[in-house]
Amino acid sequence: MLINRRDFLKLGTAAGTMAALYGCAGGGKQAGGHVVVVGGGYGGATLAKYLRMWSAGGVRVTMIERNPSFVSCPMSNLVIGGINTLDDITVSYDNLKSRWQVRVVQDDVVAVDAEKRSISLASGGSMTYDRLVLSPGVDFMFDRIPGLNNAAAQAKILHAWKAGPQTVALRKQLVDMKDGGVFAIAIPKAPYRCPPAPYERACLVADYFKKHKPKSKVVILDGNPEITAKKDLFTKAWADLYPGLIEYRNDSEVKDVDPATNTAMTEFDQFKADVLNVIPPQQAGQIAIKSGVNLINNRWVDINWLSMESTSIPNIHVLGDAVFPAPTMAKSGHMANQQGKLAAAAILNMLADQPPNPEPMAMSACYSFMDPNSAVHVNSVHHYDAATKTMQPVKGAGGVSAARNEAEAKLAIGWAKNIWADMLA
Amino acid sequence: MKLLPALLALGLLAANSFAHAADPNLARDLAATCANCHGTNGHAVKGAGIDALAGTEKSKTLQKLSDFRSGAKPASIMHQITKGYTDEQLDLIATFFAAQK
Repeated sequence: MLINRRDFLKLGTAAGTMAALYGCAGGGKQAGGHVVVVGGGYGGATLAKYLRMWSAGGVRVTMIERNPSFVSCPMSNLVIGGINTLDDITVSYDNLKSRWQVRVVQDDVVAVDAEKRSISLASGGSMTYDRLVLSPGVDFMFDRIPGLNNAAAQAKILHAWKAGPQTVALRKQLVDMKDGGVFAIAIPKAPYRCPPAPYERACLVADYFKKHKPKSKVVILDGNPEITAKKDLFTKAWADLYPGLIEYRNDSEVKDVDPATNTAMTEFDQFKADVLNVIPPQQAGQIAIKSGVNLINNRWVDINWLSMESTSIPNIHVLGDAVFPAPTMAKSGHMANQQGKLAAAAILNMLADQPPNPEPMAMSACYSFMDPNSAVHVNSVHHYDAATKTMQPVKGAGGVSAARNEAEAKLAIGWAKNIWADMLA
Repeated sequence: MKLLPALLALGLLAANSFAHAADPNLARDLAATCANCHGTNGHAVKGAGIDALAGTEKSKTLQKLSDFRSGAKPASIMHQITKGYTDEQLDLIATFFAAQK
């Protein structure tokens, strides 16, 4: 039993005590049924494990994921900088299958029928659900950059903003680049997945150049008016560690590219690079959009923050980067993991005809490497606010590192090991 | 659990009684927000440099959290995180981890 007698008394109100009794006495309906999870990333995999763990196996969980194993976006800039390999950031789904008895299906979901509560698979066939969880991450809006809106261009001008083959391919482009070359990274307007990561990538590529190709240069074409995260810490790291090596250009949204010449076009300028890395604008993963759930700005899913359930279609929950963010809440793997637990708790209550926890919390800790041996963090704590019906940052909590430091480079790796285990072990 | 029939008799278990009630799994849900770094149910990955919390005496965890919050114990990040939770929430979290084997 998770609540002991002392906690009972602390709950205070009579109603609280009764809710606790109801939840523990076994007199209420137990959560059961079938939950289908689409996407095995930070959000989906966490939710799948926690649904099984918290229901003590009472809820059946099927997780549909297109990749054979999990590859982490956080830490993938270390692969691009040549410090780690793809193997170091890859984790198998075996424990989800054997230890937690999640049915992991390698496939793609192509359609959702909310009326029939069923999904269709790319390989053919369909599956019914009691509750559906979409954790599809982001998809890229290549049509916003016409020259990049075809497969050949996308094979040359990489995003490496989903970890996997593109991560390795971008690393190879950097290794193949001549000394004296230019690496340009284009950042879309916020919101996009993982705000500080483009600046971290600039650091780790600059670190590689400094050691192996000292005549080369990094140029950041930022679509935003200023650095979107950890601004002072990045500015200082660039000045201290990479003087003359990193050039930062704000208000430089890339509107088109010419793949033949590796040229990026901003509104008033053209920029030719030896390795051009364009992170396109993003929106909720296609399956979320196809499912017909309400979107905000035609891009992100509108959800109820008590349950992560769509505001328009019952029994469909959406997690992670695909969601319209709550105030100051960044799109990050850590936050998707937190949302996975919030949704798992809510879904188990709802499957047992109980309301979701009325006071959920979520917190974020996000590390960025300034070089292979030093890192910084930003963190925030969020609580549900009934007045605004969203998660709000807790005032006075959270913040950034005072300065880059070696201890946090070790903590960042400790963070990765622990969160991967929290999702997948 | 002898209270249950009495409460049922009083009609206090009606669904709308729960509207503003604390969730029966509140402590579990709060503690889960720590698990990203401190491991599922407080079982951190060994050798990863982050404290495991499972089975730690409640008073010890609470003291540590309070020292982080006041600044008495230096921290890289915990001084900022502890300020995001109320005393009651930290109490529930420390109680939950103390009960983990």
